[in-house]
Amino acid sequence: MVWYIAKRVVYSLLILLGVTFVTYLLLYMIPADPARQIAGRSATAEVVANIRHQLGLDLPFYEQYVRYLGNLLQGDLGRSYVQRSEVSTLLASRVGPTLQLMVAGIGFELLIGITLGIVAALKRNSVLDQVLMAFSFIGVSSPHFIAAMLALYFFAVYLGWFPLGGYGGVEHLLLPAITLGVLGSGWYSRMVRSSMIDVLHQDFIRTARAKGLGRARVLLRHVLPNAIVPVIPMIGIDIGIFMSGLVVVESVFGWPGLGQLAWQAIQQVDIPIIVGVTMLSAVAIVLGNLVADLAVLFVDPRIDVTKT
Amino acid sequence: MNNKLKGFALTALSVAISTQAVAQDTPQSGGDIIVTYQNNVATLDPAIGYDWQNWSMIKSLFDGLMDYEPGTTELKTDLAKDYAISEDGLTYTFHLREGVKFHNGREMVASDVKYSLERTINPETQSPGAGFFSSIEGFDEVASGDATELSGITTPDDYTVKIQLSAPDAAFLHIMALNFASVVPKESVEKWGRDFGKHPVGTGAFALEDWSLGQRLTFVKNDDYYRDGIPYLDQIDFEIGQEPNVALMRLQRGEVDIAGDGIPPAQFLQFRNDPEFKELMVSGNQLHTGYLTMNVTMPPLDDVKVRRAINMAINKERIVRIINGRAIPANQPLPPAMPGYDKDYEGYPYDVQKAKALLEEAGFGDGFDTEIYVMNTDPQPRIAQAIQQDLAQIGVRAEIKSLAQANVIAAGGDKDQAPMVWSGGMAWIADFPDPSNFWGPILGCEGAVPGGWNWAWYCNEELDAEAEAADAMVAPDQQEARAERWGEIFTSAMDDAPWVPIFNEKRFTVHSARMGGDDALYVDPVHVPVNYDYIWVK
Repeated sequence: MVWYIAKRVVYSLLILLGVTFVTYLLLYMIPADPARQIAGRSATAEVVANIRHQLGLDLPFYEQYVRYLGNLLQGDLGRSYVQRSEVSTLLASRVGPTLQLMVAGIGFELLIGITLGIVAALKRNSVLDQVLMAFSFIGVSSPHFIAAMLALYFFAVYLGWFPLGGYGGVEHLLLPAITLGVLGSGWYSRMVRSSMIDVLHQDFIRTARAKGLGRARVLLRHVLPNAIVPVIPMIGIDIGIFMSGLVVVESVFGWPGLGQLAWQAIQQVDIPIIVGVTMLSAVAIVLGNLVADLAVLFVDPRIDVTKT
Repeated sequence: MNNKLKGFALTALSVAISTQAVAQDTPQSGGDIIVTYQNNVATLDPAIGYDWQNWSMIKSLFDGLMDYEPGTTELKTDLAKDYAISEDGLTYTFHLREGVKFHNGREMVASDVKYSLERTINPETQSPGAGFFSSIEGFDEVASGDATELSGITTPDDYTVKIQLSAPDAAFLHIMALNFASVVPKESVEKWGRDFGKHPVGTGAFALEDWSLGQRLTFVKNDDYYRDGIPYLDQIDFEIGQEPNVALMRLQRGEVDIAGDGIPPAQFLQFRNDPEFKELMVSGNQLHTGYLTMNVTMPPLDDVKVRRAINMAINKERIVRIINGRAIPANQPLPPAMPGYDKDYEGYPYDVQKAKALLEEAGFGDGFDTEIYVMNTDPQPRIAQAIQQDLAQIGVRAEIKSLAQANVIAAGGDKDQAPMVWSGGMAWIADFPDPSNFWGPILGCEGAVPGGWNWAWYCNEELDAEAEAADAMVAPDQQEARAERWGEIFTSAMDDAPWVPIFNEKRFTVHSARMGGDDALYVDPVHVPVNYDYIWVK
C-alpha cells in the first residue's frame, strides 16, 4: 500500500515536471517579445535590451528553464510582466473564490447528477428515463456563455432572486454554482445510470431482495455503494477542470477566480501568470486523481492495489 | 426577452429621471459611485500603468507638473504654479505650488519632481514611458544604467525645478502632463519597492483606501487636495471582473454608475436606438485613427502606385457601417481633434476603376497575393474581411491572419513578415494631444526598426527633418504655424501612401441618470476614459 502510494507520488511529480517543460517551451516559442511589451511603444532598442537582460530573457532556453525550476522549488513563481506583482500573490487572491465555486459547483453536480441517475436507472426505458437523459445531454452540450447568460437573465434580472453577478456571500455563489451543477450533472447522471443498471442485474441484489430486504434498504445499502465507485475518479477529473478555471462562467458571473486571471494573462501574453496557472491546475488535477484513486480503495475494498 | 428587461429597467429609470428633472446643474459635493471594468487593474504605479482601466485612475491619484482643462486638450499647470521657457527652447523653469501634500502627509518639493522623473527613466523601473523623456539632457546615461541622476534637472530651491533639454521639443509640456511624469514620494516608493503600484501614494484628488486583488478598489476623497472643492465625489468603488454585458444590465438596474468598458458592439444599436438610454450615453471624439499599413519594403507594396491603388479601393463608409457608425471615415493620419488636422485635404477618393487602372500601370493587372494581419477580437476580423472583399474587387487576393494582439504587434515589428496590418485594437490612440506623437513612432524613421511600431516601415528622411524643425518651434506665438507645418508633413506622407487611413473612432460611455457634470468629462480626451475628479452625483 505504501509502495503503491509512493509510486503514484513519484509519477505525479514526473507529470508535473513534464507540464512545466511543455508549457515553458510553448511560451518560449511564441513570437511575442515580453521585453518589448514591458518597454512600451516609446522604447529605444537599448531600453528593450536592458529589460530583456534584467528578466533573463537573453539566456538560452535551457538556462531560462532551469532558472525557473530553481525559483519554483523555492516557491517563487516570478513576477507578472503586466501587473508587476508576484504571481504567487495574484494566484493566492484567486484560489479562495475558485475553491468555493469548485466545492459548491461539484456539490450541485453530484446532487443533481446522482439523483437523476438513480431515478433514471430505476425507471429505465420509461418516458421519464428518456426525458432525464435528454436533459443531461442538453446540459453537457450547451454552450456555457449562453447558458450562463440565460440563467443570469432569468433568475437575477427577471425573477430577481439573486444578485447580478459579483463575489461575496452565499447569495452570489448559488447561481453560478447551480448553473455549473445543472450543466455538468449530465456526466454524472449518465455514469450513475449505467453503473446502477449493471449493479441491479447482479445476483447479489436479487439475493438481497429475496432474503426480504426492502427496496430502499437494498438501494442504499447494496446498489449505491457499488454503483458509485466509477463516479469517484470522475470527481478527480472534475477538480482539475474547475481549478484550471471556468473562464466563461466566471466572466459572466463576475467571479474572481483563476479562469479570469488566466484568460486575461493569455490575452496579454503574460507568461509568468500563464505558467503559474497551468502549474497550479496541473497540481490540482494530479492531486485530485491521486486522492480519487486512493478514495476508491476505501469505498471498494475489493480493489487490491498490491496486485497492480 | 430584451423587452422584458427593458421594461423592468425603464420603470426604475423613469422614476429616477423624473425625480431628478428638477436637479440643478451646479456641481455638488458628496456621494459614492460604482464603476465597473472587465479587466484587472494591473498597477497604479504611474511610471508603469499604461492601459485603459488605470490611465485615468492614476491621474486621480497622482499629479504632475502639467495637466489639462477637464474635458479638453488644453494644457494647464498642475503642481507647477507657472513656468518659463528660455529663448532657445532648451530650458524649462517650473515654479511649484507651495503646501501641496502627498497622501502620507509630507509636503511635495522640487527634489520629488527630480526623483520621480529619474525613477521613470531608470531601467530598473522598467517603465513603458521612459522613451518619452529622451529630450532631457542626460537621458542616455540614465536610460543605459550608467547614471541614476539626470544631469539636465536641477533644483535651485525647494519650489523651483529647472529642466535642460538636449534638443528643443515643442511637445515637452505635454510630456510633463503624462502619467509617467507624475510626482511620487521617494520614501513610499522605497518602502514598497516593486509593489508600489499596489500601494500608491501621490498628491492627487483621491487616495487608494483598499484593494482586494481581482475584485474591487476603493478610492476615497483626498481632503487635503490642493484644489479647493475638488473632487466632488467622496468615494469611488471600482468593481473589477465584470462582463460588459452584465455591467450594462446592472447599470440599467441602477446598481452601477459608470460602465467603464462602454457598450459591447452587439448591444450598441439597441442602446443607441432606445430613447431612454440615449440620455445616458455620452459620445465624444478621441485622438484615434484606425489604419491599414502597407509595408513599403515588401514587393509589390514597395511600388507607390500599388499603395495608391489600394487607398482608392477601400470603401471606408461601408467599414464604418460595419461597426454601427461608431466612427467617421478618415483620409489622413491625424484625427480631426488634433492640432494640425487639415480640413481641406481630400485624400484618395474611393474609385475602384481608377484603382484598377493604377494597378495595371504598375504591372499588376492580374492582381497579386498578400496577407493582412489583424487582432483576433471582434470587430477587428470583420473589418479585415471588409478590406479583403474591397481588395478582391481590384484583383488583390489578401489572406487574413487573425492573431492575439501581442503576436500581431510582433509581426508588424518584423521587417519581412507582415505586408499589411489593420491597426484596430492596437494603434494608434495619442498619448498626448500633439501631432508629433502621431509621427515618430508610427511614421518616422525611429519607429521603422525591428520591434518598432512603424509597421509600414516607412522612412522618409526629408519629412523627418521637417518634423524635427517643426518640433523646434517652441515659442507660444509659433504654435499655429507649427500645427500647420505638421499638417503638411502628414499630407505629404500620404503622397507616398504608406497607410490607408480608415476611420477615426468615437468613444461612448454609459453612466447612470444620477451622475452629473459636463458630458465631456465622461469621454475626456486625456483622462481616458472618465475624468473622475470633476464628475458629481445629482
